[in-house]
Amino acid sequence: MLRAEDVSFGYGNGFTLLDATAAVDPGSLTGLLGPNGCGKTTLLKLLSGVLRPQQGRVFLGERPLETMTRRELARRIAVVPQETHPAFEYSVLDMVLMGRHPYLGPFQLEGPVDLEIASASLAATGTAQLTSRNYMTLSGGEKQRVIIASALAQATELLLLDEPTASLDLGYQLEIATLLSRLNRERRVTMVLATHDLNLAASVCDRLIVMRNGRVLAQGATRQVLTSETVRQLYDVDADVTFHERAGHLTIVPLQRVR
Amino acid sequence: MIRTRLAAILIGYGTLAVGACLLAPLVGSTHINLARAFDRSIPFADNVDAQIFFVARMPRVLTAAVVGGTLAAAGVVMQALLRNPLATPFTLGVSAGAALGAILVITFVQADLKIGLYSIGGGAIPLASLGGALVASLVVYALARRPGRTMSTTVLLLAGVTLNAFFSALILFVQYSADFTQTYRTVRWLMGDLDVGSFTPIVASLPLVLAAFGMFAVLPRSLNLLSVGNDIAATRGVDVGRTQRLAFFSASLATSAAVSLAGPIGFVGIVVPHLVRLMVGVDHRVVLPASVLFGAAFLIGCDVVARMVLAPVEVPVGVVTAILGGPFFLWLLVRKS
Repeated sequence: MLRAEDVSFGYGNGFTLLDATAAVDPGSLTGLLGPNGCGKTTLLKLLSGVLRPQQGRVFLGERPLETMTRRELARRIAVVPQETHPAFEYSVLDMVLMGRHPYLGPFQLEGPVDLEIASASLAATGTAQLTSRNYMTLSGGEKQRVIIASALAQATELLLLDEPTASLDLGYQLEIATLLSRLNRERRVTMVLATHDLNLAASVCDRLIVMRNGRVLAQGATRQVLTSETVRQLYDVDADVTFHERAGHLTIVPLQRVR
Repeated sequence: MIRTRLAAILIGYGTLAVGACLLAPLVGSTHINLARAFDRSIPFADNVDAQIFFVARMPRVLTAAVVGGTLAAAGVVMQALLRNPLATPFTLGVSAGAALGAILVITFVQADLKIGLYSIGGGAIPLASLGGALVASLVVYALARRPGRTMSTTVLLLAGVTLNAFFSALILFVQYSADFTQTYRTVRWLMGDLDVGSFTPIVASLPLVLAAFGMFAVLPRSLNLLSVGNDIAATRGVDVGRTQRLAFFSASLATSAAVSLAGPIGFVGIVVPHLVRLMVGVDHRVVLPASVLFGAAFLIGCDVVARMVLAPVEVPVGVVTAILGGPFFLWLLVRKS
């Protein structure tokens, strides 16, 4: 559905990402794992078309992303960044309605259909009661759910999320994980989730792409890719990776740093 | 819902701006008889009321409307582009460039020299300030643009602030070599002056103002997204590079036109957008047109105060906007922190 073929990108001298090839299957919830600075965010930006690869290409279906306008792309791919800090005090409804931008002409105002979609997105993320609240005054978890609602209002088939639980406590992490699983299952939204949280990835992702030093090391089904050996390769950490019967997925317990 | 609200707000602010335009010419240190001012049976040369109304007050009120509306709109756009509520139309060095252009003419060009329609030292000051403002804008843009990528707002801000300081140093250097008369004229120009004396300067500035407003018209929804963040704007369908260029050049053009018409009148570009946001919210589809109308009314009001507070002596309008705007700006800073 979405694939990067031998893409390279650098911000200054040298490459942050080198010859990366990665594929996202339709309907999947793909985790993007790797240590800090390995190129996860850069790969997400290349997959969403925010950055253009300096080498290689990214395809959505059979179309290279560079042949699509920003509006066309925004109708197919939505992105949830790690954190969102508006310069002004927008309401929650304002923030969600911004997701309708790719469907509106330059002078067009949102109509009843757009408002209906925004309401449905707020309901799907459990934030309907926050509609008229000032976005800046929300908690971290509420903010992230509102941004997910804004992305859902784009009505895209693909949702790319960059560490959406990074600054959240355990309760909110679990809440976001449950929400993503449900949206993937019920709405058939294909998702790519960049995260540092191995247990989150193990609990919600059916596929994984693992990266280190700007290169893709492995990709495939979660159970095959997420092993003690992979954790050691990625983070230089000895870890127990076992199947948790009650949770119904792999769990990772870090044991010690290895050099 | 949004349509009805927008219409109601624009009708309200429009009424305020039109009301200010109609009432302000009637106010002044000299009482005028309106019926006599419009009495065409009296020759214009003998009709003092008509002269005061059509030569002194009406051009001045219209200049205040154009400059106030333009600076307020430029302020709204700059704040969204830079993602900084404290940005002004002068943050990126446009006014300092304009001031340098004007001061070079005031100091080094003979006042009685004439080129075409322009008497140097009179009509050339607006031209020189416009030139200086446009040069400053192009320099800042050249510094902040990154081929193939969007502009860095940090670089844009730093380049603007540095250029402001650089031009200010050049202005001081030029002033150092000026005589007392030239220095007085320089200081007077820097205070801002709406007393343009005829409709000609307003008409001359209109093509630039209208071009800028044409660009403003397509910006508001994209500005909403740009003020949330460049990456999120891009992924919601905004062509960020194009929007940044459009916002930068429209705001710079509008500021250049306003400064060349009436000098650098401060605080309008920050006070008006924030007052409007306090009243109508932060959606740029409402804030931008409402700021144009409220900015016009605000500067007309400040000019009436400037004309009346020490009548028959006039206080420079830039002093009035700063006295009203300064405390408000500080209150805003405290509130934000």
